[in-house]
Amino acid sequence: MTETTRKAAPGKNHVKGIDSPLRRSWVKLKRNKAALVGGSMILIYAACALLAPVLFSGSPSAPNLGKSLEPPSLDQLLGTDELGRSILGRIIYGSQISLLIAVGVVFFGLIVGVPLGLVSGYYGGKIDFSIQRVTDMLLAFPGFLLALALVAILGVGLKNTVISIGISMVPIYIRLVRGCVLSVREEVYVEAARASGTRDGVILFRHILPNVMVPITVQTSLGMGTAILFAAGLGFLGIGVQPPTPEWGAMLGSARVYIFNAPHAATFPGIAIFLAVLSFNLLGDGLRDALDPRFKL
Amino acid sequence: MKASQTPLLAVRDLRTRFHTLEGIVNAVDGVDFDIHPGETVGLVGESGCGKTVTALSILQLLRCPPAEIQGRILFRGQNLLELDAEEIRKIRGQAISMIFQEPMTSLNPVLTIGDQISEGARVHKGLTRQKAWRWAVEMLRRVQIPEPEARVREYPHKLSGGMRQRAMIAMALSCNPQLILADEPTTALDVTIQAQIMDLMLRLKKEVETAVVLITHDLGIIAEMASRVVVMYAGKVMEEAPVKELFKDPRHPYTRGLLGSIPVIGRKAQTGRRLQEIPGVVPSLLRMPQGCRFHPRCPETIDICREQEPSMVSLGEYRRVNCWLEVGKRGKEAPAPGQRGME
Repeated sequence: MTETTRKAAPGKNHVKGIDSPLRRSWVKLKRNKAALVGGSMILIYAACALLAPVLFSGSPSAPNLGKSLEPPSLDQLLGTDELGRSILGRIIYGSQISLLIAVGVVFFGLIVGVPLGLVSGYYGGKIDFSIQRVTDMLLAFPGFLLALALVAILGVGLKNTVISIGISMVPIYIRLVRGCVLSVREEVYVEAARASGTRDGVILFRHILPNVMVPITVQTSLGMGTAILFAAGLGFLGIGVQPPTPEWGAMLGSARVYIFNAPHAATFPGIAIFLAVLSFNLLGDGLRDALDPRFKL
Repeated sequence: MKASQTPLLAVRDLRTRFHTLEGIVNAVDGVDFDIHPGETVGLVGESGCGKTVTALSILQLLRCPPAEIQGRILFRGQNLLELDAEEIRKIRGQAISMIFQEPMTSLNPVLTIGDQISEGARVHKGLTRQKAWRWAVEMLRRVQIPEPEARVREYPHKLSGGMRQRAMIAMALSCNPQLILADEPTTALDVTIQAQIMDLMLRLKKEVETAVVLITHDLGIIAEMASRVVVMYAGKVMEEAPVKELFKDPRHPYTRGLLGSIPVIGRKAQTGRRLQEIPGVVPSLLRMPQGCRFHPRCPETIDICREQEPSMVSLGEYRRVNCWLEVGKRGKEAPAPGQRGME
C-alpha cells in the first residue's frame, strides 16, 4: 500500500481477515496435525470434566467391595479398582481434578510471574536484581522437589497442591517474561509511548505485555502438561489430593500394589496422565510454530 | 523572533554523558541554544554528533544510569531537569512531543493506529475512549490519510512507510504541543514521500503554530524548513546562524565541509571538480582529540587548534561560531552563546 492508494475505491484494500495475525496463526495451526490431535484430546478431556455427571452416573468414590479388581468387561469398560469402584468413572471425574489443577497452577504462575517479570525486565537495576536473585533460589531446586517441599510445609489437599506446584512454576514465568521484555523495552515504539507521556503501568500492560504474549501462551500450554504430571506425582506419593477424591496419580499409587494380578487398575490412569500431558505438549509445540511469524508453513 | 523575546525552550550548557565499561562518554558536551514559539530550528551534524541524544535529554527519555544529564533545559522558564518523574511525564506528549526516525518501528505492532493516536488525548486531555477515538479519526484526516475511519482500526503493518510517518505526526500533534522534536522524520522514507511529509509538516506547523526542532543530516531539508540552524560536531555546537546566512556565508570549516559535500548534478561537468568530502571520521567520544575537536579533519588548522579548545565567538544575533579562525579575526572572545544578554 503506497501513498497513491489515496484515490483507490473505499474498502478495496481491506480484504477481511486474511491479514490479521491471529487468523494466519489459526491457519498455520490447522495445518499442524500433531497440534490438532493434541487440541482435540484436550477438548475431549474438557468435555469429560464438564459432563462427568452425564457420562457416568453414580458416585465415583462409593466403594463396592464385592466387585473389587474386576478386569475390563462390557459392564465395567475399564474394570474396577481394589474397592470395586469403576476406573472409567474415576478417570472421568479425575479429569475434573487434573484440569482444575492445571488451570489453577498456570493461573497462579501467570498472576504472580508475569507482573514480576514485566517489572523486573522493564525497570532493571535494583528491582531486577532482587527479583532475579529470588528467582535463582527457586530455580536452584528441581521443580518437583520444590513442589514436594512446599506441600510438606503447607500440607496436603487440592488447594495446597495448586499453590505448591504454582510456586514452583512462578520462576519459569518470571524468567521467560523478563527475557522478552528486555528486548521489547528497547523498541522504538516503547520509547515513543514514553515520549507521549504514557504512564509506566500503561506502557507495561498495554504496550509491552501484548508483544510478549506469544511465548507466554506457549508456556501456558506446556505448563499445564507439567502441572498435571506434578499433581499426579504428588498424588502417587499420597501427598497430593486426598482419597476418596478420584485423582489419576493417587489411583496409580493405590493400584501399584496389585500391578501383577490386576494390571488394568494401574494402566488406565497411567494412560490418562500420559495422554493429557502429551496433548498439552503437542498443542504447545503447535502454538509455538503457529504464533511465530518467522516460521512459515 | 527577536532575542528580546523569552524563548520557549532555552538549553543551557547541556551535558549528557554515559557511564560505560570503557569509560565516560560525553555524548553532548556543553550545548546551548534557544527555540522561540512557532520557530523551526535545524539541528544538523553527522551521525553520532549528539543530535538525537540532545533531543532525548530534553524529554529525559534516556535511562539514568547509565546516562547522566547536567545543565539547564528551560521550557517556558521552568527547568525540566528539576522536575520529578510525574511532572516530566505530563510535559511529554502534551507540551513537547517527539517524532522518531523509523516509522517502521515506532508504531506498536499489536495496537491499532487509532489506539495509539487516541492514547495521548486520553492521557493528557482526559477524553473518554469514544471521544479520543473520534479525535484520532480527525487527526488522521488532518495528516491527509485517506479513509481515516477505516485506517484508524488498522494495525501498523498494513500501512506504508509514508502513511506510518503521517500517523506518527498525527500522534505527535494530537495534543497541540508547543514544541515538536522531529528526529530525522524523513530519513527512512524515499524521496517523493519525503517531499510530501515535509509539505505536510510545514502546513501543520503553521496551523498549530508549534515550534519545531528539526534534527537531520539533510541540509536540503534544512534549507526548506528551518529558519535557523545549529551545527553540531562531536557533542558541541560549532556554528549557529539564520538559515540564509549559513548557506551564503558559512564561517566554520566544518559547516563549509558539510555544504561542500552536497552533491550537485552536473557539477563535475561544469567545474571539473569531484564531490567534496570531509576527510577522516568523527572522533571516538571516548578519545576526544586535544584542542579543537574538529582539528584532525580540518583543512584550515592553525597551531593553536591543536592545543586549546576555541570558545564561542558571537557574530551577531543568533550568529555564532566556535573556531579559532574567527577568534583571530575578531581578536576578542565573546560570551557564548550569542544571545546571553537576555537571561
